[in-house]
Amino acid sequence: MTQFLRVAWVVMRKDLTIEMRSREIVYTTVFFAASCVLVFAFALVREGRPLEDAAAGILWISIAFAGTLGLGRTFERERHTETLRALMLAPSDRPAIYVGKLLGMLVLLAIVEAVLVPMVGLLFHAPVFARPLWLAALLAAGTLGFASVGTLFAAMLVRARSRDVLLPVLLYPITIPVIIAGVRGTAALFQATPDEPMARFWAALLVFFDVVFVTLSLWTFEPLMTE
Amino acid sequence: MSRLFVPLLLLAAALFAAAPFVVANAPFEETMGLVQKIFYYHVPSAMMMFVSAFVCGIASAIYLFRRSAAADRVAQAAGELVVLFGLIVLVTGPLWARKAWGVWWEWDARLTSSLLLWMIFLAYLLVRRFGGPGSEKLAGAMALFGMANVPFVYVSVNYWRTLHPKTSVVMTLAPGMRAAFWFSVAAFVILYVLLLTLRKRLEDRQATVEQIYLAIEE
Repeated sequence: MTQFLRVAWVVMRKDLTIEMRSREIVYTTVFFAASCVLVFAFALVREGRPLEDAAAGILWISIAFAGTLGLGRTFERERHTETLRALMLAPSDRPAIYVGKLLGMLVLLAIVEAVLVPMVGLLFHAPVFARPLWLAALLAAGTLGFASVGTLFAAMLVRARSRDVLLPVLLYPITIPVIIAGVRGTAALFQATPDEPMARFWAALLVFFDVVFVTLSLWTFEPLMTE
Repeated sequence: MSRLFVPLLLLAAALFAAAPFVVANAPFEETMGLVQKIFYYHVPSAMMMFVSAFVCGIASAIYLFRRSAAADRVAQAAGELVVLFGLIVLVTGPLWARKAWGVWWEWDARLTSSLLLWMIFLAYLLVRRFGGPGSEKLAGAMALFGMANVPFVYVSVNYWRTLHPKTSVVMTLAPGMRAAFWFSVAAFVILYVLLLTLRKRLEDRQATVEQIYLAIEE
């Protein structure tokens, strides 16, 4: 088990070290997420007033879009330098490699969210700091659900033709429950009087989704990545 | 199965030929009248869609873990049938809804989850078609995840007020309607089995042809 965690940690650190040197994915993804929010602002703000209840939806759609972009770029890097095969040849548990990749993705998305949340709060008058712990819990659970499926699919798509278009095609239908639960839960928190039981219900659904899909991903990563 | 194929085909043809008369003779539903007859096509198609999704998911799991090429071919056939029966559901549903509820589409739990399931399997077919070499595994994962996703989709979209009749309506049908309904279900089940077999056989033959080509080239 310690061996498993160590491999995962090393893989994550490798990804973060490469990223720290160029900062390519972080900068582009954060900028992309911010421009997503702005595009929504132009579509949904009328006469200087944001649409009621739009903030939660915009936050989650931007996370999903930026996440897809980040996932694609992370694995494009592995493909470009042909290092995914080397990674797979390493004498370690395959699922550990998956966990390492997933952790790297979660760090990236956490940075994106740290920028997005205040921005949405500012531009759409959303009370993002009314229930900070609940919001953080929803974001963490939702991001894990999205990234767990996304990392698996992006890893598999490395070898596929037209991988850029296939990633969202596969990922969005599967992660719709994450988006619904994230948006509804966050919207419950953004109300004038935050609805905590509702947020708890959606957070529980997200945690359940995470458990099922992380297990399923760990279970299928090995047969899926074997040529 | 191959010996049963022709008798089943004849039986299915007979059932579908008789279906219009059976459906026409079933009693009218009090509030909806004639439009309720869509029920006899809509519900069996929806049943076959969900059955097919599970067939596809389970066959994909067998393919991924046992590396059985035959299971993959079953999964492909079932995946296509999900989309086919889903199309019937999504065309007949709005036609009925327009008369019964006054709108073509309602964001109700059952409608939304059917649409999402249909989209998952449409994505499944897209991967198979455009994924290039090695896309079978990717598609297999998609089917497996899609199957696991069904309860989540259902719970999450259930948040909205439900307009759609509950499944318990099947058990409380008037006797005349019940006979016609189960008649339709039987016809659709046989049709499903026939189509699945036929499609699987086509895939089997294509695989054989490919093997022969490879043997000649060597």
